[in-house]
Amino acid sequence: MTTVPNFPLLIGCAAGFSGDRVDAAGPVVDSLIARCAAQPGQRAFLMFETLAERTLALAQLRRRADPDAGYEPLLDDMLRPVLARCLQNDIRIVSNFGAAHPQAAARHIQRMARELGLPAPRIAVVGGDDLSHASYRSLLREHLGATMDGIRMVSANAYIGAEAIAAALDAGVQIVVAGRVADPSLAVGPALSHFGWRADDWDRIARATMAGHLLECGAQVCGGYFADPGFKDVPGLHAVGYPIAEIDRDGHCVIGKADHTGGLVSLATVKEQLLYEVHDPAAYLTPDVVADISQAQLKEVGPNRIALTGVRGHARPDTLKVNVCHEGGWLAEGEISYAGPRAEARARLAAEVLRQRLPDLALRVDLIGVVSLFADDAGQMLHATPAGNSRDVRLRVAASHVDKAQAERLRREIVALYTCGPAGGGGVRTALTPRLNTLSCLVPRLAVPTHFKLLAEEIRV
Amino acid sequence: MTEFLTVPLYRAAHGRAGDKGNRSNISVIAWHPDLYPVLTEQLTPQAVAAHFSSRLPGAVQRYLLPQLHAMNFVLDDVLDGGVNDALNLDTHGKALSFWLLDLPVRIPLALAPLLVGE
Repeated sequence: MTTVPNFPLLIGCAAGFSGDRVDAAGPVVDSLIARCAAQPGQRAFLMFETLAERTLALAQLRRRADPDAGYEPLLDDMLRPVLARCLQNDIRIVSNFGAAHPQAAARHIQRMARELGLPAPRIAVVGGDDLSHASYRSLLREHLGATMDGIRMVSANAYIGAEAIAAALDAGVQIVVAGRVADPSLAVGPALSHFGWRADDWDRIARATMAGHLLECGAQVCGGYFADPGFKDVPGLHAVGYPIAEIDRDGHCVIGKADHTGGLVSLATVKEQLLYEVHDPAAYLTPDVVADISQAQLKEVGPNRIALTGVRGHARPDTLKVNVCHEGGWLAEGEISYAGPRAEARARLAAEVLRQRLPDLALRVDLIGVVSLFADDAGQMLHATPAGNSRDVRLRVAASHVDKAQAERLRREIVALYTCGPAGGGGVRTALTPRLNTLSCLVPRLAVPTHFKLLAEEIRV
Repeated sequence: MTEFLTVPLYRAAHGRAGDKGNRSNISVIAWHPDLYPVLTEQLTPQAVAAHFSSRLPGAVQRYLLPQLHAMNFVLDDVLDGGVNDALNLDTHGKALSFWLLDLPVRIPLALAPLLVGE
């Protein structure tokens, strides 16, 4: 007879994207240690979610330049402050910060542990997501079609699920380093392993998936990305806390945040995050399950504590999503500011000068301070915005081109506005950056077997 | 006869925008359960598509989550290709929630005390 643990499983999240705050983990780990100490038998995990659509392609480019690179550049800054406390307090770590090179990330952690004077941690490296090797070319060609032939591929990754993470944790590792696992799977893996749910226990897996979904953007469920003064006030936003989910044996969760931090976990913050990047609420697709939140309920169960119930699950899809990133030409952009009397008229004239100088480039024009973010690339909204009298306007112009030299023409014309454009322009900044484009397809799950490997302990010299 | 107050949507609801490829999803969450039916009546997919007409949405889907007093709008083809293709500074369309929250809505005067802000 198996014994199912009685206490909720604690999962804290200390990063929601590559580039997130590196001081986030400290308060999360302190809270996990305190809560485990107060409740013997309670178990805790720490997750870091650091991948977005472009992150992996950028990581592959770094790996090409340096065979030991290709994982999260902030790995050391994120993990070093908390690694000792996690290992000493049995808080296991699960992350996709391996990006394009999980093996190298794992070796980095092994080195870090040695430098900190810690016993070598047991680390698992999850693989199977990286489809950039030539041997996958025909699989990708089959599902993407002829568009594959004309591209210069940078990365190809399947969004894999929690299975390999759970298997690694079952094998007793302390740290799981993955690449492109789906974000919520970073929470599902620990829950699967901890509670020993069946692989087809769709309701429970769906509930843990939504717990992972609430965690995966870090501070975004704790009042980050929420504040709107006078309408949605958030206390202590400068010290916003990161989330901790308490997941029970049925997968239901209470979402809260690290102790002694700012921010806010309320019905409003959780509703916004629950629907974030969701399309059909009855069918939220992940590699682990199809989650249904159409009947989900939220309830405040304490200060900064919101319970999520009512989540249902359906059998996982037979296919996995694959993102292929490829070289996409060049983006040229530049800005110049105009202030004082007739600033807007001068900015508009500068844009007109660029249009006449570069008739063959499709320019996007922003009048920052008048009309910018809401507007469309084709310029319909700008065209419909009558000329006004704004006295502080930053003109931004952007264009992309497959040919670097053609894109560079725009950058230079923006610089030339200094002496050749309207009066009083200042503060030119320009940039020319390579672009990455993405193709997506679905491939049969069976074509993408996943696995984990234990990192062999390196021989000490 | 019911009297109405016309206010921007942000006084009656809050929300957040997310992106996947060339698609934006924007949640609209009523500040009070009694405001929710008023909002669902006015924030039809057609009304939202019209509000975003300069982005030429290919389709606008609306999903209702009454137990959360929330709606989820999914707008196809509104991100100029999305995070990798758009020339917008905001390639994700993160700001688009505030474009939707500026939409004027008519609120029965009796519900005015439930509105947020001024």
